[in-house]
Amino acid sequence: MFEILKKQELAPSIFLMDIYAPRVATSANPGQFVIVRVHEHGERIPLTIADYNEEKGSVTIVTQTIGASTRQICALNEGERLLDFVGPLGVPSELVHMSDEELKKLNILFIGGGVGTAPVYPQVKYLNARGIKADVIIGAKSKHHLILQDQMKAAAGNLYVATDDGSVGFHGMVTGLLTDLVKNQGKKYDLIITIGPMIMMKFVSKLTQELGIKTIASLNTLMVDGTGMCGACRVTVGGKTKFTCVDGPEFDAHEINFDEAMRRQGMYRGIEAKKLEEYDHKCKIGRHE
Amino acid sequence: MAVKTPRTPVREQDPKVRVTNFEEVCYGYNAAEAQLEAERCIQCKNPRCVGACPVAIQIPAFIKAVKDGDFLKAADILGTDSSLPAVCGRVCPQETQCEGSCILGVKGEPVSIGKLERFVADNARLQKHFDATTQPKNGHKIAIVGSGPAGLACAADLARWGYEVKIFEALHRAGGVLEYGIPEFRLPKDEVVRYEVENVKRLGVEIETDVVVGRTVKINDLIEKEGFDAVFIGSGAGLPKFMGIPGENLNGVFSANELLTRANLMKAFLPDYETPVYVGKKVVVVGGGNVAMDAARTAARLGAETHLVYRRSEKELPARVEEVHHAKEEGIIMHLLCNPVEILGTEEGWVKGIRAIQMGLGEPDESGRRRPIEIAGSEFEIDCDVVVMSLGTSPNPLIAATTPGLQIQKWGGIIADDETGQTSREGVFAGGDAVSGAATVILAMGAGRKAAKAIDEYVKNKKQ
Repeated sequence: MFEILKKQELAPSIFLMDIYAPRVATSANPGQFVIVRVHEHGERIPLTIADYNEEKGSVTIVTQTIGASTRQICALNEGERLLDFVGPLGVPSELVHMSDEELKKLNILFIGGGVGTAPVYPQVKYLNARGIKADVIIGAKSKHHLILQDQMKAAAGNLYVATDDGSVGFHGMVTGLLTDLVKNQGKKYDLIITIGPMIMMKFVSKLTQELGIKTIASLNTLMVDGTGMCGACRVTVGGKTKFTCVDGPEFDAHEINFDEAMRRQGMYRGIEAKKLEEYDHKCKIGRHE
Repeated sequence: MAVKTPRTPVREQDPKVRVTNFEEVCYGYNAAEAQLEAERCIQCKNPRCVGACPVAIQIPAFIKAVKDGDFLKAADILGTDSSLPAVCGRVCPQETQCEGSCILGVKGEPVSIGKLERFVADNARLQKHFDATTQPKNGHKIAIVGSGPAGLACAADLARWGYEVKIFEALHRAGGVLEYGIPEFRLPKDEVVRYEVENVKRLGVEIETDVVVGRTVKINDLIEKEGFDAVFIGSGAGLPKFMGIPGENLNGVFSANELLTRANLMKAFLPDYETPVYVGKKVVVVGGGNVAMDAARTAARLGAETHLVYRRSEKELPARVEEVHHAKEEGIIMHLLCNPVEILGTEEGWVKGIRAIQMGLGEPDESGRRRPIEIAGSEFEIDCDVVVMSLGTSPNPLIAATTPGLQIQKWGGIIADDETGQTSREGVFAGGDAVSGAATVILAMGAGRKAAKAIDEYVKNKKQ
């Protein structure tokens, strides 16, 4: 179980993996996530689902090496196994519950940033399968960091790219590109779904509030069990405390208290930096399994 | 006369030492101590203790075997009624159950039934003695949701009767609250919990971890697609409650469940495990139940000066007397009759203290305990850098929301018959905290056993 069927480096330090997890593959819906554990002493790591294939029994995850735990995932190779892979967790995207007529009335835009582009893909693919073409903005540091462009192109309506250094597409942030599309190019959107770094989602949300476009954001908060038991993932949405793992991960972006969410996300930053240092040290002296 | 012999004391780790480690507090009886204590049982003809035990262990019979020095026979007697004797011997509230009804307790001290149970179970484990006999396979499959006390008790009975039993567990390790909730220093994981879970597996029970029923697979699928004849839901307590006061989402405010899950399930207290845990220098735990005591004692062991705030008086503390006693011995500072009204934060959004208000006690409320009433103008502050909320849980809505026809109470608990665990759905039974709200290990086991009996009858009737 949980064998790595395929591993591919999408961009520097960003890896795609197909994991054999037939139960999850059968039940997964767009918008949901999984929790992964690499080894007996490891953390439970929440990751958004990037694709799933019921026939093959596989679920795709895309991971960027950020902390010690994500480095451990990315250090594994095809044929090796994850110790645990549980899901699908969280509530499926609202899109799943909408009728074709409702969906056809909407101009939908997805905004993915960095590794957050990966979980945008199953939603775009899902809509495409229902005959709906959604537009997509991908934001990345540079053209080297751009991921899933071809897959996205095949499933999306218009695909737009923004890079921080301008090496490809729009030179600037996704918010700059969105402003350009709406204000200068006459694009009209009724629904925006954004997944990426919390800070990006905060500014997308701020902009779309001004533009008056309904926006959904998918939150990547701290979690332990991922089933509602611990409450580590709580966020304030519309003035009320919600658990990201059971009430989310997608919420109305205009209702989310992003500043609080970002502060809570950094709660263990000091401890994590120390762990990463230890991990690097272990790797250098070759003691890590 | 034997009756007048005082209760045999049990050896414990010195409080000053144990608050610096996670090793077990209580050492338990040795054989000589156990036999001495067993002598005290007067072998009542109509024993009240058995009726007071939720799983009706044949208490005088197992104690007689201890007295006779036949410890393995004592283990077999326990084994007919309990699949988790080493767990129950440690965490049952004996003072309100078996020991609370012991006739010796009327004029003196009751027999130390819990410590005897623990001795018998621990001895059997050391001797590797376990009776794994089951009836021949009857060809029927039963699915169990959750590998906590309710699920394990239900699974063990059904497996002994010849059923093919599969437990689905959401977490990566089997045991439910025994793994994630109750701390190592009260209930050792490798030594006790895992061994007793392994025993249930030795009866032929299969446990599939990493399956969140309601998400990974639905109850309907288990019956319709995977061919299970019946399902027992023992999914446990659920989502932690918060107070709804200002400052609760500051950095440094945790639910007791989070602190305990990090420490117990994820072993954050051990340096070679990667999950972080943070308790700061000074912790305030809010609440007065067993979970609050566990959280406070865990925080103390992680090195924090630990305070506990409870809104009623010591008499109303819902925690077991033994837990409160142990907590005090370990230096937990109790602030009774007060309640937080706000959590105070720094500019950066970290906890810096709580503002609390003193409480008086009014007339008894529906729980029979005197209702706490705020005393106007009595607010005061306690400095701290971590606050742990231990206010109980509300049921996880996941299974009810994904199982058509499964009726729930207004407060979210699954509606199930007290005697059989039968829910509003045919072939679906439930028990433990998912039905009752947060209760004890042994009540959950009792519900699991009752449901096992009802499932057996249900399957047999369906066959005809």
